[in-house]
Amino acid sequence: MSRFVRLGETDRPPVTLYVDGAPVAALEGDTLMVALLSGGGTLRQSEFGPEKRAGFCLMGACQDCWVWTESGDRLRACSTLAASGQRVVTSQPGASWPNHV
Amino acid sequence: MAEPRIIIVGAGPSGTRAAEACVAAGLRPIVIDEGRRDGGQIYRRQPDNFTRPYRKLYGTEAGRAQALHETFDGLKGAIDYRPETLVWNIAKGHVWTASATVQEAIPFDALLLCTGATDRLMPVKGWQFAGAYSLGGAQVALKSQAVSIGHRVVFMGSGPLLYLVASQYVEAGAEVAAVLDTSPFGARLKALPDLLAMPSVLWNGVALTRTLKRAGVMVQHGVTPVEIMGDAESGVGGVRFFAGSGREETIACDAVAMGHHLRPETQLADLARCAFAFDPGTRQWLPERDDDGRSSVAGVYLAGDGAKILGARSAEASGRLAALGDLGLPVDKGEMTSLRSEVGQYARFARGLAKAFPWPARQAPALPDDAILCRCEGVTAGDLRAVMRETGAQEANRAKAFSRVGMGRCQGRYCGLAAAELIAAEAGVPVEQVGRLRGQAPVKPLPIAIGDGQ
Ligand SMILES: Cc1cc2nc3c(=O)[nH]c(=O)nc-3n(C[C@H](O)[C@H](O)[C@H](O)COP(=O)(O)OP(=O)(O)OC[C@H]3O[C@@H](n4cnc5c(N)ncnc54)[C@H](O)[C@@H]3O)c2cc1C
Ligand code: FES
Repeated sequence: MSRFVRLGETDRPPVTLYVDGAPVAALEGDTLMVALLSGGGTLRQSEFGPEKRAGFCLMGACQDCWVWTESGDRLRACSTLAASGQRVVTSQPGASWPNHV
Repeated sequence: MAEPRIIIVGAGPSGTRAAEACVAAGLRPIVIDEGRRDGGQIYRRQPDNFTRPYRKLYGTEAGRAQALHETFDGLKGAIDYRPETLVWNIAKGHVWTASATVQEAIPFDALLLCTGATDRLMPVKGWQFAGAYSLGGAQVALKSQAVSIGHRVVFMGSGPLLYLVASQYVEAGAEVAAVLDTSPFGARLKALPDLLAMPSVLWNGVALTRTLKRAGVMVQHGVTPVEIMGDAESGVGGVRFFAGSGREETIACDAVAMGHHLRPETQLADLARCAFAFDPGTRQWLPERDDDGRSSVAGVYLAGDGAKILGARSAEASGRLAALGDLGLPVDKGEMTSLRSEVGQYARFARGLAKAFPWPARQAPALPDDAILCRCEGVTAGDLRAVMRETGAQEANRAKAFSRVGMGRCQGRYCGLAAAELIAAEAGVPVEQVGRLRGQAPVKPLPIAIGDGQ
């Protein structure tokens, strides 16, 4: 089920992005966070506990909303705009975990 | 003499007014902001292709929002504006910036820090679950993306933003399950003399409560949060709390917006080596400054909510003051005096707010051992207590080094103040004796391509 609920501004052109390989429908001007949480409940798995995470501050301060490009670049989902054809993954590609870089 | 190199960090109300004063004096400041657009927090701008009018986005502050945006738009040709650029360090007379691809060290003669605020959080057991958001975050969702953080939202915490954001949600058509305020209603009556410093703002606050009442939203005062219920997979399922009467209650919801007013973003002031002093009214350490925004370091100025939480209108006045003080140009003494007295009024109002919506310091030591204190790395209240027992650490930075509380990705922005209260209570010392977490570079994680090269 979706986490976020759209309350307006729905008259925008649709864009399709790919999250973990699956298509996700979003609207032009959505942040990645809104794109992902309008279609699903969470963004990623916490590395320090059993729970899934869905961001916290929406203003670039908590870093709870990280997702990655397929080539491994980190993106802050709350401050990155979703783009058509964009491909993101919700766990970090590769092994090492830069905890607090 | 060559033109002084002026850098303004922040393009919110305070940074915008500071830039305006510089430009009027014939200077061309560099204005750096991490955001995609100017406006800062309260006057945050929606993406270009959104169409909601000012009135809908900013309510009673629509006129001020529009005036500020128009001022900034008008300045664009006259300033060196660098959006989507993070200032991540200040050292050796340089501001260190990073954008997606470029890293730079820029020298300055005068530095104006207009960095604004983030939510002040008191952890509640279960706040790590998906669907728990900061109050400010809940507002950003609505303001800049036209979404609600959930299908049924509980607002829990205290402060003016609690009522403001809840009523903005109601007006936008979201379902608000309840507003649970930790401060007792009586506190507001005691604060009234100070709150009357700004009658119109006080009146706006009263109107918000009426909006909530009319919409039939349950509003409770004097509550003590117990737990955000939920599970690891699906996230938030409800809240459990003690009502003012002492009775335990639960409310089902799939989202919680939580916060206790705000805390200033002071990391850059710290890196610039500004002196800090403890503010007993808000139980926070704040960078010292004089009436015109001069910090303890020559050439470094502090304005807006990044120095002390005095609100948006004060941010405009203090931004202008900080720019005017030392430009070495003829200034209107009368204007300076009236700006100072304006800021003084806001300071009195802010004292009233601190009394009306007190920070619930005692909730921190009351956290059960299994409650998560640091959301970043899942460190519990019990982990911090164990570290204190084993190492005797009673100072914030020592306790941080041993427990990792405050060492996660948010750098203690969301757990630091509560951790200090917990340490103080366990050690039986006043919270100011625990000290404060130091701001460290980089103040936020750098874009990955640059961070890997560090
Ligand atoms: C989420 C939120 C919502 C708020 N809503 C309201 C409201 O509705 N009504 C109200 O009266 N008050 C509100 N406030 C209070 C708010 O702090 C002030 O009203 C006002 O925005 C303060 O203006 P300012 O210029 O001091 O800071 P801000 O408006 O916060 O602007 C600071 C700017 O500095 C930038 N910045 C900070 N650090 C860096 C860095 N290291 N590098 C680059 N850029 C940086 C930020 O991106 C930001 O744009 C809110 C605060 C928050 C946090
Ligand atoms: S949600 Fe906090 S940084 Fe994105």
